[in-house]
Amino acid sequence: MNTILEMRGITKTFPGVKALSDVNLTVGEGEIHALVGENGAGKSTLMKVLSGVYPYGTYEGDIVYNGEVQKYATISDSEEKGIIIIHQELALVPLLSIAENIFLGNERAKNGVINWPVAHSEAEMLLKIVGLDKPTGTLVTNLGTGQQQLVEIAKALSKEVKLLILDEPTSSLNEQDSAALLELLLEFKAKGISSILISHKLNEVVKVADKITVLRDGQTVSTLDCDKSEEMENRIIKDMVGRELTNRFPQRTPNISDMLLEVKGWNVYHQVHADRHLIRDVNFNVRAGEIVGISGLMGAGRTELAMSLFGRAYGQKISGEVELRGQPIDVSTINKAVANGLAYVTEDRKEYGLVLENSIKVNTTLSNLEGVSKGIVIDDNAETRVGLEYKQKLNTKCSGLMQQVVNLSGGNQQKVVLSKWLFANPDVLILDEPTRGIDVNAKYEIYTIINQLAQEGKGIIFISSELPELLGMTDRIYVMNEGRMVGEMPTKDASQEKIMRMIIKDKG
Amino acid sequence: MAQVENPSPANSDAENTVSVASYLKSNVREYGLLIALIAVMIFFQVVTNGILMKPLNLTNLILQNSYIVIMAIGMLLIIVAGHIDLSVGSVMGFIGALAAVMIVNYEINYVITIVVCLIVGIAIGAAQGFWVAYYKIPAFIVTLAGMLSFRGLTLALLNGQSIGPFPTGFQKLSSGFIPDLFGVGRPHMLTIVLGIVLSVFLLYASWKDRKERDKFGNLEEPFAFFVLKNILIVFAINYLSYIMAGYRGYPNVLIVMAVLVAAYGFLTSSTTVGRRIYALGGNVKAAKLSGVNTERLTFLTFANMGLLAAFAGLVFAARLNTATPKAGYGYELDVIAAVFIGGASTTGGVGTVTGAIIGAFLMGVMNNGMSILSIGIDWQQVIKGLVLLAAVIFDVYNKKKAG
Repeated sequence: MNTILEMRGITKTFPGVKALSDVNLTVGEGEIHALVGENGAGKSTLMKVLSGVYPYGTYEGDIVYNGEVQKYATISDSEEKGIIIIHQELALVPLLSIAENIFLGNERAKNGVINWPVAHSEAEMLLKIVGLDKPTGTLVTNLGTGQQQLVEIAKALSKEVKLLILDEPTSSLNEQDSAALLELLLEFKAKGISSILISHKLNEVVKVADKITVLRDGQTVSTLDCDKSEEMENRIIKDMVGRELTNRFPQRTPNISDMLLEVKGWNVYHQVHADRHLIRDVNFNVRAGEIVGISGLMGAGRTELAMSLFGRAYGQKISGEVELRGQPIDVSTINKAVANGLAYVTEDRKEYGLVLENSIKVNTTLSNLEGVSKGIVIDDNAETRVGLEYKQKLNTKCSGLMQQVVNLSGGNQQKVVLSKWLFANPDVLILDEPTRGIDVNAKYEIYTIINQLAQEGKGIIFISSELPELLGMTDRIYVMNEGRMVGEMPTKDASQEKIMRMIIKDKG
Repeated sequence: MAQVENPSPANSDAENTVSVASYLKSNVREYGLLIALIAVMIFFQVVTNGILMKPLNLTNLILQNSYIVIMAIGMLLIIVAGHIDLSVGSVMGFIGALAAVMIVNYEINYVITIVVCLIVGIAIGAAQGFWVAYYKIPAFIVTLAGMLSFRGLTLALLNGQSIGPFPTGFQKLSSGFIPDLFGVGRPHMLTIVLGIVLSVFLLYASWKDRKERDKFGNLEEPFAFFVLKNILIVFAINYLSYIMAGYRGYPNVLIVMAVLVAAYGFLTSSTTVGRRIYALGGNVKAAKLSGVNTERLTFLTFANMGLLAAFAGLVFAARLNTATPKAGYGYELDVIAAVFIGGASTTGGVGTVTGAIIGAFLMGVMNNGMSILSIGIDWQQVIKGLVLLAAVIFDVYNKKKAG
C-alpha cells in the first residue's frame, strides 16, 4: 500500500505548554487510520497542524503528503491538496440551505454569478453518495445532528477529498446514525479515499480501523495493526492510560466528616432543545472535607450537571432535590446558590470566569462585593486588603493588584477565579476542569490549594477529564456517561482501566 | 521628569510604584482627552481673539451643552453596560412637550409638572429597558422604535405647534443664576467663594485618598503627577469661577450638573451597583455566574437613562422658554458621540463619567468656537464626525498596542 501521508517528528509548543512532542503518524492510501488518546493527549492539535490551522513555521517537524513536504499557510492550502477536516463542532451556517452550505466558499459560479441549477443538481448527487434523503434547499438548522454531519461530509466530497479527517464524528450521534456513518467510511475506503478517525468510542474504532495510533501526553505511544479482536480494545486502553503516577500530587490525609451536600433525582434538559434530556436522574453526594471526582468523556454532561446545580445557570425543565447538611436548599438562582454555600469554578475561565479587562482586585471581589462594602458604597481599602490577602494566600504572581487579568498566565488567572470564590466563602466548591491549560508547576499549586480547602472542611466536587488527576486527588470517584451516573467507587479501588471500561462498556 | 520614590513602607516591594512616564503611558487615554480639551480651548481662544472665554460666551457655552452633558451621564452607563439608547433625543423632546402642555395648556403647577415629567421619563426608560433586559431584544432595535415613536408622540402632543412661554419659576431651571449672598453682584462674590471652597474640598479629599491608598500599598500615581494634577484642577476651577463671576455667576444648571457628575462619578467608581454595571458590560457571562443580577441592572440602567433624558428635556424647554416639535432632534447622536469620544468602549465595560463629560464639552467647545468663526453648520458636522472617528481609532490603536 502506498503511503499518502507521513507526519514526522511533529512538535508544537504553546506558551508554557508542550502540546505535541516528536509525534509520528503514517497513513496509507485507502486506509482508515484511527487516532485515539485521552482528552488533551494532542489529537486535535495534531490534526490542526496537518490541516494548516497552525501554519508552517509554528511547529517543528515535517508533513510529507504524496511524497512532498507540505508548507501550509492556511486551511485552504491543505484543502486544495484534498485534505479535509470535519471538526467536532460543525462548521455549517444554520440559516443557509444544504446546497448553499456544501458549496460555501467553493460556489458553482461564473464571474461571481452562481449557477443554482448546477449547484443543486451536484448537491443532490453528493447527498445521494452520503445517503441523505433531503431536498437540497432544506435549511441546515432544520436537520438533526447526524444529518448535519452528512452535509459536512458531502461538503468535503465536493472538494475532491483524498484524505478525510473526522474529529469525534459520532460523539453526538445515536447508534443508528453512527453505524451509518461508519458504513460510509468503509465505502470511501473502497473508493480509495483515506481517512483519519478521531474517536473515544473504541468499539467503533476497532470495527472500522485498519491501523490505530495511540497518543498520550502529546507523544506517540504506539501504532497498532487493528485485528478487530476483543483483545484489541484492552490493548488500546492500556496504551492510552499507561502512565506512571509519580509525585505529581501533594499528600493529604483525608479528614472526612458529616454529609454536606446531597443531590437527588436531578434532571436537566438542553438549554435550547427542550426535548433533549441531558441529565437523567443523577444522584450524588459530598461529605465535609471530602474531594469527590466526577469523571467522564467530553459530552458526558458533567459541566451541564454542575452548571444546572449552580443556580440553573444551564438548561431548562430542571427538577430534583438539593440538600445541604440534611436541609433542602433553594438553588433556583445563582444568588441563592451562592447564599446557600455553593460555588462553581468554570472550565472556561476566560469566557465564564473573569472580566478580562478588569483588575485582579475587581475580579476577586465580584461575587461578594457586599463583603467589602458599607451599604452600596465599596470600601476601596477593604477591597485592597482582601485582594492582597488572597494574592498572598494563593501565591498569585502579578505585577500588582491593579494588573488586568487578561495579562496573567493561565495558572494565575485560575488563582484569581479561585480567589473570587474563596472570598464568597462557600461550603461546597464545584471545580470544573480546574487545571485545564495550566502548566505542571501551577497545577501542583492548584492541587495544594484544593487540598487545603478540603482540610478546612469544605466539600469539593472535582470534575476532570484527566483520569490521573482524579486518581491522585480525590477520595471517591463518580463515573458519568451520557447524562447518567454509571458508577461510583472509592478512589483506592479505582484505576484508569476500570473507569475507561465503565464508560466504554456503557451502552445507555 | 525623574522617577519619584515613594517613602511608604507598604511599597517597599516597589511593585506598586510607577514612574511618571509609565503611569502617563498606561493612563494616556484619560489625560490625552483632557489635554485635547485644553488644546482645543486654547486654539479657539486664540483664533476667536479671546471671545471664547468671555464671561457671557462661557456662560452660554455651559447652558448650551447642559442637556447633552446630563444625558451623556446616563448614556455612559448604558454604553458601559454594553447597550445603546437611540431614543434619548426624542424622549427629551417628548418630555419638553409634555411639560409645556401641562403647564401652559392645563395650567398645572410647574413643580408638580416637573415631578410628573421625571416619573414619565423613568417609565419610558423602564419600558424600553424591560424588553432589552428580560427579552434580550437588541437595545438598538428597541430604542430605534422608541426614537420613532416618541418623535411622533411629540408632534401629536404639540399638534405640530410650538407651545410657550413658561412661567418664570420654570425658566429658572435653566436660565437662572445663583444669587450673590454677598450682595456685590459684579463681580459675583459667591461664585468666587464657591470656587475656592470647592477647590479646598477637592484638595483635601484627594490628599486624604492618597494617604489612605499609600497606607494599603494601593498607590499607583506618582507624586509629581499628583501635585501637577491638583494644581491644574484648582487653577481650572478658580479661573472658570473668576470668568463667570464677571457675568452673573454660576448658572443654576451648572450647580445641578456638578452635583450630577459628582453623584454619578461616585456611583460608577465606588458603589456595588456601579462596579456590577462595569462587570456586566465587560463579560456578561462571568458577571452572571458571579451572582450579578444582570437583567435587573440592565433594566435599571435604562430607567435611569429615561430619568436623565426627561430632566434634560425640562432644562431644554426651560432654556428655549418654549416646547417645539423639533426639540431634541438628533441629540442622541451628539450624546453617543460624547460618550465615545470620552473613551467608552463600543463593546462595553469601559468608560468614565468624567471622560463622557469632557467628551461632551470637547464637542461643545468646537461647536461654539466654529460658530463664532461663522463656519457653516455643514462643515461643523464634518469636523465633528472626523473628531469622533479619530478618537475611536486612537482608542483601538492604543488597545492593540497595549495588548
